[in-house]
Amino acid sequence: MNLRGVGVSPGVGHGPSYVLSVSVPEPPEGAAYAGEAEQEKERAMTALTRVAGELEARGNRAGGEAEEILKAQALMAEDPGVVVKVRSLIDRGVAAPRAVFEAFTKYRDVLAGSGGYLGERAADLNDIRDRVIAVLYGQAMPALPAKPEEPYVLVARDLAPADTALLSRAQVAAFVTEEGGPTSHTAILARAMGVPAVVACPGATGIPHGVRVMVDGTSGEVEVEPAEAHVADAVGAASARRAAISAARGPGRTADGQPVPLYANVGSPADLDAALAAEAEGVGLYRTEFLYLDRTRPPSPEEQRRAYRQALEAFPGGKVCVRTLDSGADKPLAFLPVPAEPNPALGERGLRLFRRFPEVMAAQLDALAAVAEEGLRVMAPMVATAEDAAWFVRACRDRGLPSAGVMIEIPAAALRARDLLAHADFVSVGTNDLSQYTFAADRQLGAVSALQDPWQPALLDLVAMTAEVAARVGKPCAVCGEAAADPVMACVLAGLGVGSLSMAPSSLAAVRAGLAAHSLDQCRTAAHAARAQPTAADARAAARAHLPALVRLGL
Amino acid sequence: MGERKVTVAAEVGLHARPAATFVQRAKQAPMEIAVAKPNGEGPVNGKSILAIMALDVRQGETVVISAEGEGSEEVLDELAAIAAAP
Repeated sequence: MNLRGVGVSPGVGHGPSYVLSVSVPEPPEGAAYAGEAEQEKERAMTALTRVAGELEARGNRAGGEAEEILKAQALMAEDPGVVVKVRSLIDRGVAAPRAVFEAFTKYRDVLAGSGGYLGERAADLNDIRDRVIAVLYGQAMPALPAKPEEPYVLVARDLAPADTALLSRAQVAAFVTEEGGPTSHTAILARAMGVPAVVACPGATGIPHGVRVMVDGTSGEVEVEPAEAHVADAVGAASARRAAISAARGPGRTADGQPVPLYANVGSPADLDAALAAEAEGVGLYRTEFLYLDRTRPPSPEEQRRAYRQALEAFPGGKVCVRTLDSGADKPLAFLPVPAEPNPALGERGLRLFRRFPEVMAAQLDALAAVAEEGLRVMAPMVATAEDAAWFVRACRDRGLPSAGVMIEIPAAALRARDLLAHADFVSVGTNDLSQYTFAADRQLGAVSALQDPWQPALLDLVAMTAEVAARVGKPCAVCGEAAADPVMACVLAGLGVGSLSMAPSSLAAVRAGLAAHSLDQCRTAAHAARAQPTAADARAAARAHLPALVRLGL
Repeated sequence: MGERKVTVAAEVGLHARPAATFVQRAKQAPMEIAVAKPNGEGPVNGKSILAIMALDVRQGETVVISAEGEGSEEVLDELAAIAAAP
């Protein structure tokens, strides 16, 4: 039996299936109970309390973000509104499972009607409801084997945080879910764990328990009871793919030798080891917020110098591009009080905050100047106009900093890159914020996440425009957003004329391999084809069609 | 009857973590806690996370928290601080 879904975490995984059935049947409408109302209520309350306790205990074991999610869910399981509704339904003769079903459904409908964030919480309520009903029916609460003899392929309708919070690679060889999408809990968790996953796979829960299953998280294929030879082939192909990817070594370049330096995005000195291990050629984006967050006073000059020096020492002779403090009303700092804003993304953040607190900028640039050497680059976030760029670059020049640039995150800056580059030594495109501002789509909001797609032709146009202008005036244009981490997009960016790419260290190997397998001409053709399309999906498909070696690399 | 009028500062509004923290504190109080919007929505039970979420209080919106009885002033101060926290 073969099934097909959407691959959301690459690689091939195989093992015995473990089918998690949290989907309990809907208790029939009009179901009544035999005994006393008080007893039936007691039964319902015990089930609610037990599920709340389970969720809370799992939260305590999981820690971190999962703990917060699960503790909020525990509160929902014992919600007084649900309790009152369940009791009154039982008083009217409704059996406990049906009463629980109706009470949660009432709240779920209210939340689902609101859409967006609240709509997503509605799915959480379904999961809690099913857990309570399972207890009432005497079904086992879904619990996964903690120490299996061999990692299993976890199959489910959908996975809730309660299921996944405690999983590890030693337990799970792959995930398959019938529902869910690329941003579902399952997809995010699988990518973080480095485990292959296929979601939106119709018929997945029909897979029998305990049979061997092979999952291709790249193509989305799920094969039940595959022939042994086929498993060997697929696993062999996957490891060949890994080998092909890791065979590309050294500096980033296209097949015909055009250099495209590959840098790492780094959030603190602790990330430098990963950047070195991934053979980054330097740091393309050194975020400096770690120096400022959770502090009551600004970092001392010595502390700042040490942090900058660490990066320069990690990459002797390489480039290290430091982004000055990028903070705003959404991440307020205790020592930089800004009034609450209705739209923090559009407010006083990045360089704009330095206008209000010039002494903080002065201290940061002074510390950078104190450790400056040839490879140091300094750039400002949230630059909108030529005046912004001139102001920042002047402050850098006054201190003798060797290279001062600006980020291109605001469409106005991309449209007028020429005027910004009259002052700045380089530009670096932050694709995430550039998407947010180009499409008027809040990065934090799931409901508009489809617009946060770097393949949107409008975004490609803005990047192309910026790169063309930079080439014309002979100054470097880099990309340091999430987009650079996608090997297909990386080829397209090189084809658009972007000179260097910076990304999370874990993405460097695949991008290096993708670039090394294509000539600059192929990259240009792919970029041209992508820009000629009207939609993001078409742009991606058109680019892929012109980058044939990606398939061989399994990318 | 004591009251506190608070502007919600958290980016997520009175949802997610702020809502859970609020309800966890409210549940420890012996008296009833009511939460309403000044436009007349509510009041809802301050001990019900689902009711608080359904009230859908966004960042920058104001809520009125009320309670009465012994110790209510202290409880209200704590709940107001939770709702106002960024």
